Amino acid sequence: MENKVQLKINNLRKRFGTEVVLDGINLTVNKGEVVVVLGPSGCGKSTLLRCMNGLEAISEGEILLDGEKITAGSKEITKLRQKIGMVFQSYDLFPHKNILDNVTLAPIKVQKIPRKEAEERAEKLLRRVGLWKKRKAFPRELSGGQKQRAAIVRALCMNPEVMLFDEVTAALDPQMVREVLNVMLELAEGGMTMVIVTHEMQFARAVADKIIFLEKGKITEEAEPEEFFTNPKTETAKEFLQSFVYEKHKIQ
Amino acid sequence: MQLNWGFMEKYLPMYIDAAILTVKIAFGGILFSLITGFICAIVRYYKIPILNGIAIVYIELSRNTPLLVQLFFLYFGLPKIGVVLSAEACAIIGVTFLGGSYMAESIRSGFESIDKVQLESAASLDLGPWLTMKEVVFPQAIAVSVPGICANVIFLIKETSVVSGIALADLMYVTKDLIGLYYETDEALLMLVIFYLIILLPISIIASVLERRLRYAGFGD
Repeated sequence: MENKVQLKINNLRKRFGTEVVLDGINLTVNKGEVVVVLGPSGCGKSTLLRCMNGLEAISEGEILLDGEKITAGSKEITKLRQKIGMVFQSYDLFPHKNILDNVTLAPIKVQKIPRKEAEERAEKLLRRVGLWKKRKAFPRELSGGQKQRAAIVRALCMNPEVMLFDEVTAALDPQMVREVLNVMLELAEGGMTMVIVTHEMQFARAVADKIIFLEKGKITEEAEPEEFFTNPKTETAKEFLQSFVYEKHKIQ
Repeated sequence: MQLNWGFMEKYLPMYIDAAILTVKIAFGGILFSLITGFICAIVRYYKIPILNGIAIVYIELSRNTPLLVQLFFLYFGLPKIGVVLSAEACAIIGVTFLGGSYMAESIRSGFESIDKVQLESAASLDLGPWLTMKEVVFPQAIAVSVPGICANVIFLIKETSVVSGIALADLMYVTKDLIGLYYETDEALLMLVIFYLIILLPISIIASVLERRLRYAGFGD
């Protein structure tokens, strides 16, 4: 793997009113690297992702994408959006457009590439996730898993350099989680740079090159997955991992 | 009850002229109130500074004063400061002034019904405000707004009966006139009802078809 820095976050702070949600985040994501962000709910995982996509204005600090600096308060934050794709927890496809139109809307209208070319791009991606046959279907005709795969394709169709996933399987039935995670695994193997927020620990362990543990808006651990899962350093991380283990006799 | 058919036949052309005037005022008023309503809805939805305040004041003023009072202001009030408008123009402006606020609230309720994540996914695709409105918000919002808009259309057509108050020979005016002149009350009122039904029933039917089509329009979970 190349060790080229793709995304660098320097001293990022985010406040909502007086509440500090992200408190001095420093993070480097290399090209082709998969970073999984873990942490208890309310620790700022989603906010971090949303800052990286310019959905939340950052209060302090800077984000460097390919060395291009985007500072707090600058309007260039929207530049992030075309290079960074994002998939959300709730199904966010446009319900009034069929799958193909959902996928090709932004490439045609925002990137201004010819429809034919956009559709070719879409076909390749939809075939890859097994949804080409469903291209004329409306989102409500798809299962949750299919919708999330389509949403991933929609973000991919912009040819992003980085993909962000915000708990994309959290709202899915267990048997549909797999099909979505498989798509993500395949993407990771294909060399896509990814930042993932998830509660699927097995998946995190398998897909991640690096685990980030976030606690009260601060990164308290940064480690390789094997190390993090077998030997977490902080107490909170230990407790957090323990909460995924079920042992009958321990319940009082 | 014996109806005077000869009377009804004789004054049919008068009713037709009056109906045309009613439709003209209603059509003009509704068209402009849709435009006004759409602009106000956009202003309020995006909370555009200053304009948002103006829109709120306008909407409250318009909804909480009777159309007849608004018409009197336009027809009898404005000439006092040198603005003289024809009765027809006053009627169309009056209906627009009243209808604009009702339309604005119907259209805005459609905008507001769109889930926040829709806006965020549009933003994450870098769609920008204009494309987000055109491609994402508006097409979904209109399905929600249409029943309200249709109700407003029917309401506004009926409200036009008030324009007789500024001496416009609409259906209501002709009816009152004929009753006053000939005492053929039953016939005049019957024709009034029939003409309103001729105008309103088709619109009502179109509205319900439109609502059904939109509800089953193949999208929306």
